[in-house]
Amino acid sequence: MSARLPEGMERGGGTAPPEAPPRNPWRRRALLLAPLGLAAAAGLGFLGMLRGLRTGDYDPRGVPSALIGRPVPDFVLPPLEGSGRPGLAAADLRAPGRPVLVNFFASWCLPCVVEHPMLMRLSRQGVPVHGVSYKDRPADSLAFLRRHGNPYDRLGVDEPGRVAIEWGLYGVPETYLLDREGIIRWRWAGPLTEEVLRHDLEPLLRRHA
Amino acid sequence: MIRRLVPALALGAALLAAPPAPAAVGDPAERLRDPALEARAQAIGRELRCLVCQNQSIEDSDAPLARDLRRIVREQVAAGQSNAEVMRFVHDRYGDFVLLRPRLTAATALLWATPALALGGGALLILAMRRRQAAEAALAAPELSEAERARLRAAERDGERAA
Repeated sequence: MSARLPEGMERGGGTAPPEAPPRNPWRRRALLLAPLGLAAAAGLGFLGMLRGLRTGDYDPRGVPSALIGRPVPDFVLPPLEGSGRPGLAAADLRAPGRPVLVNFFASWCLPCVVEHPMLMRLSRQGVPVHGVSYKDRPADSLAFLRRHGNPYDRLGVDEPGRVAIEWGLYGVPETYLLDREGIIRWRWAGPLTEEVLRHDLEPLLRRHA
Repeated sequence: MIRRLVPALALGAALLAAPPAPAAVGDPAERLRDPALEARAQAIGRELRCLVCQNQSIEDSDAPLARDLRRIVREQVAAGQSNAEVMRFVHDRYGDFVLLRPRLTAATALLWATPALALGGGALLILAMRRRQAAEAALAAPELSEAERARLRAAERDGERAA
């Protein structure tokens, strides 16, 4: 206490006001540039997002599948009468021995018409493609396949749409890739296109073959 | 200032206290007959995102998928499943995306921490600014020393005497 007194008295003596602490000019410059840097980073991020939107790498509405890396859920679906194909059940997809595709479609779904030639092509190439007709009248599904061709080895009818929920489906078309052990490896929500086949599906088919 | 603040605070409190608007969507026929179970089903449904419209809960959306999910929630609630079990059923199939209130995970930690970080950062900024202001004020008006105070008192006394 007493040792600090002289210092206190000296400060109180105050004839000349002490000088303001010297400011670091670099600090000032950094403070000035920080908002600029932040704005530049945000701008770059935004540009990246726009680019991703255009190329399809970034989809803000895309819902990642919760089933990736898991076996197919339990289900049994009746066949589509008149299609000449057997129905589809989980048992058909457990350890299929080779990668297979499961495609959900409906006759009322326009993107399904768009992607149909891709499914026909995959089927011709020998990739097993199974189908699920989602919330569609069986007669309409049948007419759709008569008109556009039937790429499906097995074909289940999910008119109430309950099995689709087991798969985490949120729209049609959706396509799932299963590996030879029957584990779901990939899900595409939206129409399969030339681009999707080349960039995503074909490399995956090769890897899991 | 105070006069304007009070009604604003009152309005804020009223808005916070007001119950959320009841869902107007959905066929009354699909509701559960037991009002307690139906209330639970609605509470669950309001936590679940409609994956088709995405900015609505399944209780608020009339998309067919939302309708299906509403039905599933009600079936499970009626079958005696707990809220957590029903949520897990949907979450298992649709992932984190279906939860309108994201869970706290490594990926969402920043999202949850942002308000606290912003508030803390703001408080630190204010503290630093006040400190600087206090330091500058101290420099501008140094405290009087004992000797100066005595001089001031003497001057005041002189002034009073002169008056």
